[in-house]
Amino acid sequence: MILRHLAGACALGLTSFALSAPSAAAFCGFYVAKADTDLFNDASKVVLVRDQDRTVVTMASDYRGDVNEFAMVVPVVDIPEREQINVANPALVDHLDEYTAPRLVEYYDENPCEAIRYELRSMAGAPQAVFAEEAAEMAPEDLGVTIEAEYEVGEYDILILSAEESDGLITWLNQNDYRIPYGAEEVVGAYLKRGMKFFVAKVNLERHDGSSMLRPIQVAYEDEDFMLPIRLGTVNAEGKQELFVFAITREGRVETTNYKTVKLPSNMDVPIFVKDEFGEFYKAMFEHQTDKQNGKAVFMEYAWDMSWCDPCAANPLSRSELRELGVMWLDEGPQGNVSPMPTPRPGIRPGPQPVDAFVTRLHVRYDGQTFPEDLNFQVTGDRENYQGRYVLRHPWRGDYGQCEAAGEYAESLVSRWDEEAKSLAKLTGWELEDIQGKMADGGFSASAIGVSEPAPKRKWWQRLWGN
Amino acid sequence: MLKLERALIRTHLVCSIIRMGVRTRSVRLLKAVNQDARHWQILALSGLFSISLTTSDFGARPMALFAAIVGAMFAQAAGTVWVNARKARRLADTGSHWRGSNLAAGFVGWFAGFQWKSALITSLSLSILLRANSLWFWLAAAFIAISAKFLIRYRGKHLFNPACIGIVVVSLLAGKAAWVSPGQWGQAPIFAAFAIGFAALVLSSAKRLDIALGFLVAFAAMLFGRALYLGDPMAIPIHQLQSGALLVFAFFMITDPRSTPDSRLARLLFAIAVAAVAAWLSWEYHIRGAMLFALAGLAVLTPLLDHLLPAKRFQWTPKKEPSNDSQTPRGSVRARPYVVRA
Repeated sequence: MILRHLAGACALGLTSFALSAPSAAAFCGFYVAKADTDLFNDASKVVLVRDQDRTVVTMASDYRGDVNEFAMVVPVVDIPEREQINVANPALVDHLDEYTAPRLVEYYDENPCEAIRYELRSMAGAPQAVFAEEAAEMAPEDLGVTIEAEYEVGEYDILILSAEESDGLITWLNQNDYRIPYGAEEVVGAYLKRGMKFFVAKVNLERHDGSSMLRPIQVAYEDEDFMLPIRLGTVNAEGKQELFVFAITREGRVETTNYKTVKLPSNMDVPIFVKDEFGEFYKAMFEHQTDKQNGKAVFMEYAWDMSWCDPCAANPLSRSELRELGVMWLDEGPQGNVSPMPTPRPGIRPGPQPVDAFVTRLHVRYDGQTFPEDLNFQVTGDRENYQGRYVLRHPWRGDYGQCEAAGEYAESLVSRWDEEAKSLAKLTGWELEDIQGKMADGGFSASAIGVSEPAPKRKWWQRLWGN
Repeated sequence: MLKLERALIRTHLVCSIIRMGVRTRSVRLLKAVNQDARHWQILALSGLFSISLTTSDFGARPMALFAAIVGAMFAQAAGTVWVNARKARRLADTGSHWRGSNLAAGFVGWFAGFQWKSALITSLSLSILLRANSLWFWLAAAFIAISAKFLIRYRGKHLFNPACIGIVVVSLLAGKAAWVSPGQWGQAPIFAAFAIGFAALVLSSAKRLDIALGFLVAFAAMLFGRALYLGDPMAIPIHQLQSGALLVFAFFMITDPRSTPDSRLARLLFAIAVAAVAAWLSWEYHIRGAMLFALAGLAVLTPLLDHLLPAKRFQWTPKKEPSNDSQTPRGSVRARPYVVRA
């Protein structure tokens, strides 16, 4: 059963993952599939590890084009030294993405004539993000551009630039094939006036191994300001940008302070057919929910103690993975917040060992209009766990006339399906009739199970005396 | 036919009498509410609390409000008893008979002048602005807020806005365990309209519209000025101004008539100073909720400004208070004649 779900997930193009074969009976929630960040084209994935003033930012690129044309331009607060820059294994970010992905959980109804027991399956889905910006080589200094530092890190050639004027910097960048979109002067100028430098990276073909995958760039720095510059991305008006922020802290949840943070609706029962189109479901839901907030909200899709998960879309990250992502406090003195592991029960999968880390996954769809300002964050002490989780309930199929309980069960199924259809319509904005049609095709309708059509719900007084 | 007409007329008459009754009742209710500017504040803050509760996933929580009320009322009760006891002792010392004090009325006397309205306002403001991971923080913040009102005074005026100092002290002491969430209001215009409408009402009777507008105008000028300097689009300062936390601060905190200067000019100067420090703290040090820290830090300016620019002291209820009453004004207790013995 598990393998079949997995195969289905792979066929859908969703990221597959290793799953130790647990006994299905003992397992009350496991991961069957997930909604990948891959679903969203050109999304950026940024991991922010934050403790006090210390920050490690990991910028992952889903860039799939010619590596020769890849370039990245990021405003930074200071001139980093060579040791502050690193290139990470892309699998780290993918793992974090999978671990935090919205998930689908399955339950199977038992024969209502027997004691009702539930079995739970889970599917999870996470979208994957891309970071694609343009960059190139260097040139004259009459433009008022100073190359503050020059590094070779992995396959990248990295320059740290400062400039007097935005015009000069943009001219220089364009001359060096960092295609800066038209209209970026103001944004670049504003960053320069705030004393910021520009971190620009291009791929050095001599050091590139020829794979199409570009590794994420990491920068470690210290600054009071906990923010993420997004304004350069809004300049080229090619529609909305997609961004996933994975924030890891010691204390708890991370929220935006200049935009509303909203929880993605979760824990709803949805029709069974969603399993086959979980990716579509997630995309439609995100789009619909974004519209409901007028496009002006940051969505929290996951907030969880990194020591465990329930159900798990992927295993929690190991200590070494966390350290590679920049979690700098793991080896520093006493670990304050290591929460006691929840008592092992079916479905909970603890990580390799408890860690003092809390992860928040934020999903932003933005453009210059809805998000005029850079994202400002703050770390809060809120450690309440939250996940995007959607539930499938497989009905029991059999002779609904074999006992009275079975008859009642059949009737309850009809009203349950009705609710599922409505909640799916509400979540995604899909037409209720389309949903009900699809459900009927799959045999999830009153007529399919031989229950008299609308099955009007009897009033309580009708049930009272049975007349 | 005639009968029917008469019946109709009678019905009509009865209806108009009832309608008049309703109208007078609502007028009376309105008057009762209008008697004290704090009634409007409680109503408006309750509205904001409900909006935060229902529209935000990380908004105000009823249990937090309850915890804050417990803390605030406890401190208020303790403070009231302390003030009354001190007053009784002073009257006794000056030769006045002990019966002249409120304590003559026994238990009720001990709690004479119990300002539950002010404590409720503080609790509401706290639960709207402060977030924490334990209910104790709201309780502590409210307790600190009200205690500061009784303990930190200068010339009969408390120095700090209670809610403000409560939040500042708790968020400084608690580290990440307590925080201010300025961004969780969203930009729902309905919220702004609601807050402004209600606040205007509040301020028209508390006569502190000047400081609210002074602060908002000064703060907006700084945001726009910075945007102009940086070359930012005006969408940025406009976005920054659409913050619910800013409205709560401007209309319900900096306007507190008991902890702001008495003269209008002094109030405006104070408002501009708070706006400038708030802007500086948030730009230079990236402090979230910088306004609260600015207000708490600059509270020491109030006595100075009152000294330089003296004016008549504000009282919540337009009642003639005995001139020696240096405490928070009394609202609910009827004035009793003082028996003075030589």
